[in-house]
Amino acid sequence: MDYQFHWRPVIQALPDLLKASLVTLEVSLIAMALGLMFGLVLYFCRASSLRLLRGFGSTWVEIARNTPSLFQIFVFYWGLGEFGIFLSSFTAVVAALTFNCAGYMAETYRGGFNAVPAGQDKAARTLGMTKLQSLRYVVLPQVLRAIYGPMTNQFTWVILASSLGMLAGLRELSGETQYFNSRTFRTFEFFAATAVIYYLIAKIALILMRLLGRPLFRAERARP
Amino acid sequence: MIVLENLRKSFGELEVLKGINLTVDNGEVVSLIGASGSGKSTLLYCINALESIHAGKVTVDGIDVHAKGTDINKLRQKLGTVFQQWNSFPHLTALENVALAPRVVTKKSRKEAQEIAEKQLVHVGLGDKLNHYPSQLSGGQQQRLAIARALAMEPKYMLFDEATSALDPELVGEVLDIMRLLASEGMTMIVVTHEMSFARDVSDRVAFFKQGVLAEIGPPEQVMTNPQDPDLQRFLSTIG
Ligand SMILES: Nc1ncnc2c1ncn2[C@@H]1O[C@H](COP(=O)(O)OP(=O)(O)OP(=O)(O)O)[C@@H](O)[C@H]1O
Ligand SMILES: [Mg+2]
Repeated sequence: MDYQFHWRPVIQALPDLLKASLVTLEVSLIAMALGLMFGLVLYFCRASSLRLLRGFGSTWVEIARNTPSLFQIFVFYWGLGEFGIFLSSFTAVVAALTFNCAGYMAETYRGGFNAVPAGQDKAARTLGMTKLQSLRYVVLPQVLRAIYGPMTNQFTWVILASSLGMLAGLRELSGETQYFNSRTFRTFEFFAATAVIYYLIAKIALILMRLLGRPLFRAERARP
Repeated sequence: MIVLENLRKSFGELEVLKGINLTVDNGEVVSLIGASGSGKSTLLYCINALESIHAGKVTVDGIDVHAKGTDINKLRQKLGTVFQQWNSFPHLTALENVALAPRVVTKKSRKEAQEIAEKQLVHVGLGDKLNHYPSQLSGGQQQRLAIARALAMEPKYMLFDEATSALDPELVGEVLDIMRLLASEGMTMIVVTHEMSFARDVSDRVAFFKQGVLAEIGPPEQVMTNPQDPDLQRFLSTIG
């Protein structure tokens, strides 16, 4: 092994890599937030008494969970072009990751809702709360508590999966790394540095999720 | 006043309520007793519209509970309900449990809702547990919390569905005491119970349920000490 490490190009590119990290973060945050919302909608679709809604929800979930994420990104980036819909790399990657997250979260929500006893909603309704109020103030906080772990994992997954975005031309962290790699040929150095950056982003996201989730777990901490 | 007229209710093929007529006057305490599966819970849930009905009519203060135009959420504020399983909201403190509905249903200010909640928690003897979570309370305390939560809506009527059946025997007394207190304060109550001494001592009338019909109803001294229905005689001798 007479490979010579050259870190200088990496250090010079660092500001650009960090800027690209922000794109990674932006894509992941938006996809995760939208995925959480659409996932909830999908959960309700699948729990609906209307066959059409159930069919729609199940189809979405099945496709999202049983096809490769890369394939999903390609469909949004190139596939839609067949129908005259042209999305930017950014929009296509966000849409595809949202599609994927929503599918997985719909399934997670189902477990969460099942974990809340039916009596909770019944008690809320007998106090005069509407369905929506019961959901908002009584059921959903307990669902969130139940799914918080899986939800955090999902967020980590989105951050890492957003790297697939480079294959749709998105200059997020991986795309940017590849760009510098092709110009400097310091392949190992660049990808090693990027791996470290991904690791740090994922860790920071995890810590932020823990902090954000603290109010949900007040009752657990109070336990004698 | 709660009036049930020829109330009928089925679950599929099974007719659970077969034409019930019952009027509960303001200030009255009526206990419902009867074998398991005779339809007592179903009757309560037809009053607060947790269950739909198939025939007949339920009116609360003249309002038809099951009519299309009835604002059921508004009506339920009049009807405090306490279940066998207390269903305290585990993510909220005792104070928050009780203050929630006044906040979001009757739109009281945070401060006002907290004052109401504190008052009702003191009322049921939980004045020292305001900031405890349900997981830190015993079953009896959680059931009293559920009573306070219902009272915070200032209901005119209270419906109890076997409020003490899920409790350890040593915790039954504290919940019955609160129910006695409410009765003495003049609350109108319909109480489904297996506690015969409570039915005897507290109710103005006792109603015996038998397979979906009201087989016998009257003052406790009549229904419980001189029962006419042979099934009621058997029921009382096995349970009491
Ligand atoms: N949601 C439901 N679907 C189908 N059948 C039901 C339902 N709820 C109650 N039933 C049936 O209706 C009958 C009356 O039930 P209900 O719960 O009113 O009886 P109960 O007198 O309260 O009995 P218990 O003392 O055991 O609480 C029972 O045979 C029960 O199995
Ligand atoms: Mg019952």
